[in-house]
Amino acid sequence: MLNQTSRRQLLKNGGLLGLIATFGAAIPRLAYAAWNKAAFEGKTLPDTYKAMGADGPKESGEVQLIASDIAENGAVVPLQCVSKLPNTTQIAFLVEKNPNMLAASFDIGPDMVADVTTRIKMGQTSNVIALVKADGKFYTATKEIKVTLGGCGG
Amino acid sequence: MNRREFLNVLAAAGVSGLAPTASFAQAEKNAGKIYDAPAFGNVSLLHITDCHAQLLPIYFREPNVNLGVAGMAGKAPHIVGQNFLKHFEIPADPMLAHAFTYLDFERYAGVYGKVGGFAHLATLVKRIKAQRPGALLLDGGDTWQGSGVALWTKGQDMVDAAKALGVDLMTLHWECTYGQERVEEVSKGDFAGKIEIVAQNIKTADFGDAVFKPYSMRNVNGVKVAIIGQAFPYTPIANPRYMVADWTFGIQEDNMQKTVDAARGDGAQVVVIISHNGMDVDLKMASRITGVDAIFGGHTHDGMPRPTVVANKSGKTIVMNAGSNGKFLGVLDLDVKNGKVADFRYKLLPVFANLLPADPTMQALIDKARAPFKSKLDEKLAISEGLLYRRGNFNGSFDQLILDALIEEKNAEISFSPGFRWGTTILPGEAITMENVLDQTAITYPYVTLTEMKGSQIKEILEDVCDNLFNPDPYYQQGGDMVRVGGMNYSCDPTATMGSRIDNMTLKGKAIEANKTYKVAGWAPVAEAAKDAGGEPIWDLVARNLRAKKTVKTPDLNLPKLKNVDGNPGMAA
Repeated sequence: MLNQTSRRQLLKNGGLLGLIATFGAAIPRLAYAAWNKAAFEGKTLPDTYKAMGADGPKESGEVQLIASDIAENGAVVPLQCVSKLPNTTQIAFLVEKNPNMLAASFDIGPDMVADVTTRIKMGQTSNVIALVKADGKFYTATKEIKVTLGGCGG
Repeated sequence: MNRREFLNVLAAAGVSGLAPTASFAQAEKNAGKIYDAPAFGNVSLLHITDCHAQLLPIYFREPNVNLGVAGMAGKAPHIVGQNFLKHFEIPADPMLAHAFTYLDFERYAGVYGKVGGFAHLATLVKRIKAQRPGALLLDGGDTWQGSGVALWTKGQDMVDAAKALGVDLMTLHWECTYGQERVEEVSKGDFAGKIEIVAQNIKTADFGDAVFKPYSMRNVNGVKVAIIGQAFPYTPIANPRYMVADWTFGIQEDNMQKTVDAARGDGAQVVVIISHNGMDVDLKMASRITGVDAIFGGHTHDGMPRPTVVANKSGKTIVMNAGSNGKFLGVLDLDVKNGKVADFRYKLLPVFANLLPADPTMQALIDKARAPFKSKLDEKLAISEGLLYRRGNFNGSFDQLILDALIEEKNAEISFSPGFRWGTTILPGEAITMENVLDQTAITYPYVTLTEMKGSQIKEILEDVCDNLFNPDPYYQQGGDMVRVGGMNYSCDPTATMGSRIDNMTLKGKAIEANKTYKVAGWAPVAEAAKDAGGEPIWDLVARNLRAKKTVKTPDLNLPKLKNVDGNPGMAA
């Protein structure tokens, strides 16, 4: 289920994801794929897409990115992506204005529901992109998540 | 002043030309017309919101600046003054114009007197309920915070008053600033079997479990009515997160639709939301969620005499907003036929304390709650020569008084004060009491701060708050107004994009430099570290400043130079 994620997120979420996995109907074998170093070190969107083999992904209504409009805490921003595209094999989250754009990437096996939840860190207000690979092609859903200083409300 | 004296004042005002259409007979007729409007239909829902713990009658001046940008420009609620009267077709009745707008505030406040007060509200609720058997009373939240007594009793005075008033259901915002434990204590204790807290968008931060019931199903005269709660979505951002450390909020559109569908599936013939979203967010939500008959809105303190009816995919939703400070009671009468809403009538009734005698039971309860604190509250700190109010997008005269006090007492170059929308109004010549100061400042994180800030940080703060107010997408707004700024000047273009609205920042005529450091005084820090930093509560600082001054001149409002808002009906011409 969980093949790759940022190391920080792996430490943070390993316990929770493990727990969810034990309740899953189909528990796939966990296996680490090769760490895509170039993708996780990409500094621009084109570079990151390229390293992931995802040149020119298309916006798709079948990809749903669920997240709050304003982050309650930029250090822990919950994200969920649901792909309704058949043969989804990968779901990744990219943050345009993070120093390294690729925040997390999940390989989806054939018996898995293409629905993942994770928590990422954001330094500032940014577009967040859910990138989905299905049938070998790449699709996206984008949402702006605001990171604010807080206070002064009401 | 009793009712007879009040009517005499009206008569005198009519003679002197103060209130051209007001006369003894006219006022009496109006009072009857306003409060005795006949019931309609078979389901009635009454609504109060954002009373901010004002148990006694007060003055409250509505804003003369309430700008809307992008799709919100010129639309309710972003209309003020004469434009407001025209838009809502308010008849040439100075009493109603006074209730809903700032126009000639000082003059008409002197004529019509104070508004709100739970004892007077209780009388009105009883009067309205008598004509509407089975009516429910909904409370949109911001009930437990906003006064010294509420702060010192952790909202207990308001908990007791809400129960005595007969509130049936409520949702939350500032209540949460007493801490999640306190809210749960009241919910399970005082409120048990009396008042139900509903909030579809408050979940536990770990597993996303509901903290409160998302909705409650009630039987009103044989009609199943579902009341969904929508708490203020940005509570952990606008207020300290550490106070609700284990809860998560947000707008949660998907969950809202699921909640509506579940309520309909459960047989609800009427589905309504008590919302603390703020009106712009409610309007957007109404356009995207289907199956909701009405949204009883609050948070943005917009006293809307007429609802906005929003069309969506499968129907229409009535969006209301019921003002603040106990000034209004919303009354929605629904005619439910063949399992659905066929027609409705809505009224937002101003609570004029002089036209509604105090309910003795409620008055006794209020007096008892205040008694232990009375001498402290009644201390006269200074006389105000001018009108002191808060509400307005960029500044208010009471905020200016706070800003000036911060600069003087902390020897700062610049001062910041939060853009809160609560806080009552003081007429020229009145004494400013400790209670008045607490009405503007009573929060659970009142610490004064003095910070060395770079020019670039000051700009970042102003931009950040400005986007919370003027983001073209309401879901990215937080409600509240622009942070009030003392000492320095700036220009603001509300129509510009995030990060580029603020410009021309100057201090005493000299440009503020990005890398230069400035001494900035402020209060109400949301960071947890500020709790232990030992900052003085703001009310002590302001009180000290006022005592020394004895008399306060009309504050000179420091306002930004605005760009691209000429002709916007959200600003007085």
